[in-house]
Amino acid sequence: MAISYDEVEVGTELPAQSFPVTRDTLVRYAGASGDFNPIHWNEKFALEVGLPDVIAHGMFTMAEAIRVVTDWVGDPAAVVEYGVRFTRPVPVPNDGVGAVIEVSGKVAKLLDDRKVQIDLLATTGGQKVLGLSRAVVRLA
Amino acid sequence: MALDPSFIGRTYPPTEPYEVGREKIREFAVAVGDGNPAYTDPEAAKALGHPDVIAPPTFPFVLTYRAAAQVVEDPELGLDFSRVVHGDQKFAYTRPVRAGDRLSVVVTIDNIKSLAGNDVLTVRGEVTDATGEHVVTSVMTLVARAADEAGE
Repeated sequence: MAISYDEVEVGTELPAQSFPVTRDTLVRYAGASGDFNPIHWNEKFALEVGLPDVIAHGMFTMAEAIRVVTDWVGDPAAVVEYGVRFTRPVPVPNDGVGAVIEVSGKVAKLLDDRKVQIDLLATTGGQKVLGLSRAVVRLA
Repeated sequence: MALDPSFIGRTYPPTEPYEVGREKIREFAVAVGDGNPAYTDPEAAKALGHPDVIAPPTFPFVLTYRAAAQVVEDPELGLDFSRVVHGDQKFAYTRPVRAGDRLSVVVTIDNIKSLAGNDVLTVRGEVTDATGEHVVTSVMTLVARAADEAGE
């Protein structure tokens, strides 16, 4: 069921979601995306370049965050713009648990042509990992 | 070493067409754990008005990242990739990428600036289909950390 522009207002909250990420998630994402930077799978390398641990691909976090929008709106083609700033890495320990990326979103602006701006908040361990995380979505 | 601002505006030749397959889209959707049927089920995608399965919103980065290698590896620019981090990323879509697309990317250096000793490079990738129609624009900033900050 598509979300109608007429049903939303500034402040309307999208259902929040939690996205677990483990080392094997990162290996799989590296293969699918073609980004084989060793900071995302080689702990020795990550530590050598001064990172606290292996970190998730920023683009993986970006892919998870927009799911809050696409799951809400139904048709992913409704997303007409999407941007984020990578403000803090998501460390992924090799402890069988990994990390969890928590994402929430709300309607921040009503735009023309039945479009809305959604502001997203993505955190891990209570710390914000994306800044200026915004999507423009055309609603029914 | 600061990057040469005279590279602002430099455009690279279009990349060889990338043919988007259903199974590649499926692989990407599985990798991000996204079960939206529009990514894997052609009938579900058609029910939404798409001619075939579509790709998740961040999928175009698979192409634009590869295309940006032209900038990163441009010997004249001299970027030290070992110091580069992805600063921010934006997409502006005319339509979603879909299976069957043959996509080409034209990469342009939109900006080079120095911020607190770091080089900040803005790289735009215009993605077009086989008919030359615009599909998506990707804009990414790459931050090359200053040499004396190594190890932080």
